[in-house]
Formats: sequence, structure tokens, C-alpha cells
Amino acid sequence: MAKGIIRAKAKAKGGNTSVKIMAKHDMETGNRKDKKGKKIPAKYIQTMSVAYNGKKVMEANMGTAVSKNPYLAFTFEGGAKGDQLDITWIENTGNTGTETAKVR
Amino acid sequence: MISRRSVLKAVFTGGAVAGLGVLMPSIALAAWNKAAFETDNQDTAMGALFNGAPSASAEVNLKAPDIAENGAVVPVTISSSMAGVKTIAVFVEGNPNPLAAQFAIPVGTKAEVSCRIRMGKTSAVTAVVETASGLFSASKEVKVTIGGCGG
Repeated sequence: MAKGIIRAKAKAKGGNTSVKIMAKHDMETGNRKDKKGKKIPAKYIQTMSVAYNGKKVMEANMGTAVSKNPYLAFTFEGGAKGDQLDITWIENTGNTGTETAKVR
Repeated sequence: MISRRSVLKAVFTGGAVAGLGVLMPSIALAAWNKAAFETDNQDTAMGALFNGAPSASAEVNLKAPDIAENGAVVPVTISSSMAGVKTIAVFVEGNPNPLAAQFAIPVGTKAEVSCRIRMGKTSAVTAVVETASGLFSASKEVKVTIGGCGG
């Protein structure tokens, strides 16, 4: 499910590439309750990893304390315009997805 | 170094993931550390994630607002000028689960990450940076006017 939840911007400048990723995700903590007082089960992204040319450049492990629509920004060395980044995410429910972004 | 007792204890309290982490510290970096993320105690979370306690360092730079109007979205940036940073972790002491996020920094990636965290109430935010030479931390008190946990 949920293909295309990630919006990523990667920009190469001066030999480095800065990456900004925002995933559209509720990051349900499991502590919230619905109107009937029943707990909403936890559903959040546990791991998000970014690979460039098959090499992992970032891996983020996230808990429930990461905000809704998690945002992640970092910079790595290398990368050129037109290159591709693979972004993989894993939910606590076991759902996974891989999306790609182009370096600009 | 690793006693049978500590291995068993980790397996029982933290499940198989933590057990694996104790046996294979190098793999623990990559795996989602269940024991660390699900505990309600910051010291326990740090213990599950790292060997030993971090020492405060001026070279760890934690950027967070003094007052967060909305605890559901608190932007934080952690950077460090130290070389050989392996992981960066963010803890929020007052949250139900203090460990917010942990970032593995491979060689070639700058030791600077930004993310947004949730905070249930006013508390200290602590960033821990793991390098080859040890653990270093920086913390900052962030005041929250509206909580972000619960409903």
C-alpha cells in the first residue's frame, strides 16, 4: 500500500549533495484514542534508509516520538546532477516501500 | 565481556532484536532497537543503544527552539564537528518513549541531521553522538505549550 508517500529534494552543490525528505505519514503512536475511547493502534515508520549508487548514505531509525509527516535532512559527499537516490521505508506493521528521487 | 546473564536478560526484556544487538554490536547499529525505542526510561534506552554513558561535549551542537508552541512538531538539528561520527540519537526525557530517533551516519555523510520530533510536555532534549572515541551529548530544555502526545 501507500506508494508515493515520500517527497524528496536532493541538490548537488560543490561536491556535496543535500537531501531533504518528507514522508506523508500519520506516525500513529498507539497512545491516541478514537472517539469511542478505543486506542488507535500504532502505525509509524520505523526505518528510513537512503542509498546512493547502492551505497547507504543515511539510515534513520525512528520511534513514535517523531512528528507526523516526518522530515529528514542531511548532506553527503559526492553525487551529481541526474543521479538517483533510492529511499526505502519500513513501517512497524511490516509495510515497506521504495521510492526514488533524482539529484538536481 | 558479554556474560550469559546479560545476554539472557536482554533477550527476555527486549526481545530477539535486543538479544541480537548484544551478540553482534556491529549489526545493532542498523537494526531497529526495540528495547531502546519502547522503554519509558531514558537511561534504559541509552543503555540499550550504547555501551556506557555519554559525556557532555561542546562539539555536539543541538539546535532546538526554546519554546515550542506546538509539541507535535518540534524541529531539531543535531550536528557535530567531530570526526568519525557513527550514530546520532535524539532523546526526549519527558516522552512516554524517550528515544525519538537514531540516525546511522555512514562514512561520507556529514554529521548533521535535521528532523522533527513530538514532545508531550516541557522537558530536556538530549542529542547523543557516537564516535569511534566515545559518546558525547548535548542537551537543551525545550518548553512546550501544547503537547503532541495523546489526543
